[in-house]
Amino acid sequence: MSQFFTKSMARNIFYGGTLFSVLLFLALTFHTTWTLPKRDHRENLTEQVARGKHLWETRNCIGCHTLLGEGAYFAPELGNVYTRRGGDFIKVWIKAQPTKVPGRRQMPQFNFTDAQLDDLVAFLKWTSEINTENWPPNIEG
Amino acid sequence: MSLLQYKSQAVAKPYFIAAIGLFVGQILFGLIMGLQYVIGDFMFPAIPFNIARMVHTNLLIVWLLFGFMGAAYYLVPEESETELHSPLLAHVLFWIFLIAGALTVVGYLSVSYERLTEIGGNNLLATMGREFLEQPTYTKIGLVIVVLGFIYNIGLTVLKGRKTAITIILLTGLVGLAVFFLFAFYNPSNLVKDKYFWWWVVHLWVEGVWELIMGAILGFVLIKITGVDREVIEKWLYVIITLALVTGLVGTGHHYYWIGAPGYWQWWGGFFSALEPLPFFAMVVFCFNMVNRRRRDHPNKAATLWALGTAVMAFLGAGVWGFLHTLAPVNYYTHGTQITAAHGHMAFYGAYVMVVLTIISYAMPLLRGREVNPERAQVLEMWSFWLMTVSMVFITLFLTAAGILQSWLQRIIPTPQSFMAVQDQLHIFYWLRELAGLVFLIGLGVYLYSFFAKDKPRTVEVGETVETVKTVETQPATF
Ligand code: HEC
Ligand code: HEM
Ligand code: HEM
Ligand SMILES: [Fe+2]
Repeated sequence: MSQFFTKSMARNIFYGGTLFSVLLFLALTFHTTWTLPKRDHRENLTEQVARGKHLWETRNCIGCHTLLGEGAYFAPELGNVYTRRGGDFIKVWIKAQPTKVPGRRQMPQFNFTDAQLDDLVAFLKWTSEINTENWPPNIEG
Repeated sequence: MSLLQYKSQAVAKPYFIAAIGLFVGQILFGLIMGLQYVIGDFMFPAIPFNIARMVHTNLLIVWLLFGFMGAAYYLVPEESETELHSPLLAHVLFWIFLIAGALTVVGYLSVSYERLTEIGGNNLLATMGREFLEQPTYTKIGLVIVVLGFIYNIGLTVLKGRKTAITIILLTGLVGLAVFFLFAFYNPSNLVKDKYFWWWVVHLWVEGVWELIMGAILGFVLIKITGVDREVIEKWLYVIITLALVTGLVGTGHHYYWIGAPGYWQWWGGFFSALEPLPFFAMVVFCFNMVNRRRRDHPNKAATLWALGTAVMAFLGAGVWGFLHTLAPVNYYTHGTQITAAHGHMAFYGAYVMVVLTIISYAMPLLRGREVNPERAQVLEMWSFWLMTVSMVFITLFLTAAGILQSWLQRIIPTPQSFMAVQDQLHIFYWLRELAGLVFLIGLGVYLYSFFAKDKPRTVEVGETVETVKTVETQPATF
């Protein structure tokens, strides 16, 4: 780089460019937060859904599964599992773990109560209703 | 006699040693998971996959932080031309951080995660159970305290001494690291908002403020090993970090395509993140340019190799593999597949693992009281560079192949197959990945060994001239 482009010019471009980007990002974030209620249907976000999310976190389901495509890639996507399998299947499935099929990937037994299973299903149902721009491409997740 | 310009630089040594130790642990748990991918019930239920995964990723983050801290303690006194504000504080924080980290890993492995949330303060403030943020709330608070103490120590040192672009950029990166980590404490019950701000920790770290830290470390090492004028190097650095933040901030949008955020992020995120390879490309040009213009041939060949390797591998892993799946029409099919894992591995390795190994390679001989490492130690270190780097390239290639097939079979063809059915067909790639992982482990073994390697005694014929640099290598090392 030539003499005409000095270090202090580079530094000023850094400060200016960063400030501009921060403001743009904050503006977009502000607008997003404002439009979210229509997309996440928070009117359906009940106490039960919140409890379900808490169970999801305290059992670290994300350490094996993806949820809306984020998490671990060891086990099936669960953002749309409510649509794929339905609430009853989910409860039966979770109760029946681990499969103990030799050599097959295993999911632990969490010893949930029936009420807790209902909470988890409520959370997964609410999640399946988020407007995700039609992701995943098909029901397999 | 110490070779350090400022004796307080010595506090960096335990940080580097801890970093390397935890690195070994990280890789062992990676290999466990690699086996669980193909032998699903391996070590189950003693170590379920999710537990191995949090040990693997959390150890990675913690040892990289140890590396960054060691780097800062080493380079800031030298740049600022003054002793560190408080070496004692640095030592105390080291032990707090190491013990907190060790306790956390012991917690992961010894009690159920549910129990850990109870004893880890999650009922006080629910922060746990999210990817990369699995640590107990108490550990998170401990981390904030350690990082604030560290920034205070480094900050005061910078303020009282000479201010260079390198220290200013480093400090900006570190403050950003601390600020964005605060979003780890925000966990609303609305999953969409949770995810939206979760990325402020994860993306704004690796594709934002960490790039500043990386640039500063690389800049420092390049000044030392090439002797190129500081003005030139610092001008480059400003250009690189401008590119990083201007593309990376709004580029966060490449994670907002399918999590409930508005559709316009497909355009904003796509456009800005498509430009994110630029800072990494600039780093390649910068590093090669500086090494070609070098005013001296530094005897630490290994450090030069690590520096050039960092730039190239970061560009490949973050730039090329990031670009591969960053546009929304592609990401629609690859989101959350092995493509993501492929990119995650090469980017983390190429950028942050390698930059930490670069500063260790440069600083550790001096910290151990030698000008440079003996010839044989350097050769071994360069062997480990190639073994680890090439096997990481192969890990990435195998995971990419698996990811392409996975997207195809599960998401693109007209008769999509279920997740588990698809995984069964990918075993060959997972076995190959595990094999490459084993080579990586061997490379890491060679790396460790290189710290203890001495030159073999040579017989010299009468009248034969021996290169003079050799003399420094015979000095005993103090570890
Ligand atoms: C140690 C890894 C692991 C953890 C932790 C885990 N799972 Fe699983 N899960 C699996 C695996 C593996 C499968 C697929 C097993 C199979 O098909 O045999 C699975 C399958 C499922 C399925 C069926 C998906 C489908 O499409 O058929 C549901 C529902 C599920 N898990 C829910 C959960 C919930 C809820 C949690 C947390 C409370 C959880 N899992 C935690 C590994 C795990
Ligand atoms: C050398 C042998 C290694 C093996 C066998 C291995 C294996 C794995 C596996 C199986 C996962 C979990 C993937 C999933 O979620 O399903 C994982 C995750 C991860 N590993 Fe490794 N790993 C290795 C080395 C490394 C190294 C050297 C790094 C750092 C550069 C690293 C960084 C990561 C990261 C960042 C994740 C999270 C990835 C994501 O969420 O996309 N790993 N690793
Ligand atoms: C050194 C810098 C980088 C590192 C360490 C890194 C690391 C990662 C990791 C670990 C993930 C997985 C996160 C998760 O588990 O959900 C990820 C995702 C992603 N990265 Fe990067 N990355 C870097 C740079 C880049 C760049 C420059 C781009 C774009 C050009 C990019 C594009 C992406 C995209 C699009 C995803 C989402 C993948 C998905 O949809 O599943 N990354 N990155
Ligand atoms: Fe990102």
